[in-house]
Amino acid sequence: MADEVRVPITTDADLVTARAEGRAMAERLGFPRPDPTLIATAISEVARNIVVHAGRGEIVLRPFDDADRFGVVVVARDEGPGIRDVDAALRDDYSGRGGLGLGLPGARRLMDDFDLESDADTGTTVTMTKWRYRDELARRREERRRRA
Amino acid sequence: MSVAILRQGSYLIASIQSDLSDREVTELRHELADLVGRHRSRGIVIDVAALDVIDSFVARALRAIVLTARLRGAETVIVGIQPDVAIAMVQFRLNLKPLRVALDLDDAIELLDRLTRGDAEDGG
Amino acid sequence: MNDHKFVLPVRIQHVATPIREEDHMDREPDRPEPDEEPDHETEPDHETDDRPEQSSSEDADGLLQELVAYLRENRGDLREEWARRISDAELLGVMSEDEIFSEATAVYDNYVDALETGSIETLQTYARELSERIIPRGVETDEVLGIVLLLRDVLARSLFAKYREEGDLLDRILDAYEPAANRIAVTVGVSFVDERERVIHEQQEALRELSTPVLQLRDRLLILPIIGALDSARARQLTEQLLAAIRDKRATVVVIDITGVATVDASVANHLVQTVEASRLMGARTILTGLSSEIAQTLVDLGVDLSMMKTVGDLQGGIEEADRLAGYQGAGGADSRADGET
Repeated sequence: MADEVRVPITTDADLVTARAEGRAMAERLGFPRPDPTLIATAISEVARNIVVHAGRGEIVLRPFDDADRFGVVVVARDEGPGIRDVDAALRDDYSGRGGLGLGLPGARRLMDDFDLESDADTGTTVTMTKWRYRDELARRREERRRRA
Repeated sequence: MSVAILRQGSYLIASIQSDLSDREVTELRHELADLVGRHRSRGIVIDVAALDVIDSFVARALRAIVLTARLRGAETVIVGIQPDVAIAMVQFRLNLKPLRVALDLDDAIELLDRLTRGDAEDGG
Repeated sequence: MNDHKFVLPVRIQHVATPIREEDHMDREPDRPEPDEEPDHETEPDHETDDRPEQSSSEDADGLLQELVAYLRENRGDLREEWARRISDAELLGVMSEDEIFSEATAVYDNYVDALETGSIETLQTYARELSERIIPRGVETDEVLGIVLLLRDVLARSLFAKYREEGDLLDRILDAYEPAANRIAVTVGVSFVDERERVIHEQQEALRELSTPVLQLRDRLLILPIIGALDSARARQLTEQLLAAIRDKRATVVVIDITGVATVDASVANHLVQTVEASRLMGARTILTGLSSEIAQTLVDLGVDLSMMKTVGDLQGGIEEADRLAGYQGAGGADSRADGET
């Protein structure tokens, strides 16, 4: 399987690249539609935050491919000023206005796993994952295991 | 050029050709605001079929275009939202109030014709 | 002279003798110590230095036949032992005891036949037929391999027990048994997996044939009748197909009929709402028809925002409503919902 892809983020033009790379990797991995678009959209949100709030950072796309599942881990990292109120940033009031305008609640809704770490010293790291079962068999096997 | 803007009668038709950077989106906003004023356009159609991502920034820009155009007497219709993009926008829960949409250019023109026929009850 | 402290069978210095019960008696002094641990590994450790020169295939054949005779003779006990081990290992949970016993009998007989004839063709056929029967029941590959290997173990142990005192003979019996037994295990396993893949492909084909569930009733009016169980994966697929159809057929109204759907869970209800909203973004209005009172209740309980969509009791009513909407949209009426608002 392909290795990880790193996209340095410094200008808004890099967002176009990050979106394209995210989509390409998702399609390569075999994500069914509309997942590649969901992933690219989530990447767009977190990458923009880097440009707007930190000036620069990077997006790392890490594919994984297990026996039962496949997916991609997206890490958006910067050393900017950090988010003071992480809870507010993630609060989903479903109005589209929540989240301090950072688009994080929305991005979280598009992905399966979502983690945000941020402080003034080290900056911000968003780690989000989208995955799928490899096939129907894998899904049923997993359900059987869970029930047991 | 990333956006082609044509004039059809009193309407402006903006056709986005490819994925836009934030700067290009902002330029589009300003350009349309400018053109509406200059040509006293009654309607704008924005074709987003080439956008395979519409995120919060683009949605915000589209909202701004609609509201600005309305202040200058023009209605705006968005066309060509792709299926996957529509799903992403819905799942993201983007705020899409005041946006009007139509399936394609023909429908958009027809809608604008109806809206600009001088009725005050178009719910804008 | 002979070191009998074996965990695994070792060679005992003998001149090879014909296999007969009487000979067994003669070798009594060589019997292992009473406190000997009778449990061995199923794979014996062959010390190859003093192997007698008699490994002609005839000899191996003769041994195999003796072995087969023994296995047939002890069919009842061995089969029972095997069935017991299957249930201890909690395999074939989807089958009843009677079913397990009857299949076990068939497998056992086929196994022994294959050992006897050396031909795997009959076994392959049987394994395929068995797979056809049990795959729809939900039996998995690990279970099938598991039971075949358990049978191999049970038979091997019984051979150890029988030929324990005749170390050299035991070696040769195992030399004859092992490759045959392993070949059988592989054959059964591969047959099962092959059958499974065949089933999967069949299902994929069937799915592909159902790939156009969206019907065009009139110009710009689509109907999506949904029948059967709806899970997240299927809902996702239907949404993609509907939205693509809206785009391709330039639909302005869509009627989604769920008369044929018994229940929906939270995630499917969510999918439904998102589908309606996404259709809206593409310029199409949605009418939902055929909601059972149970589903209606579920949607209400889930707090689903139904203001977004129009619901009508039955499909006929839905189509009439759709015509009405389409009529408004054509003639430029005052219905604000026809004016492209999201």
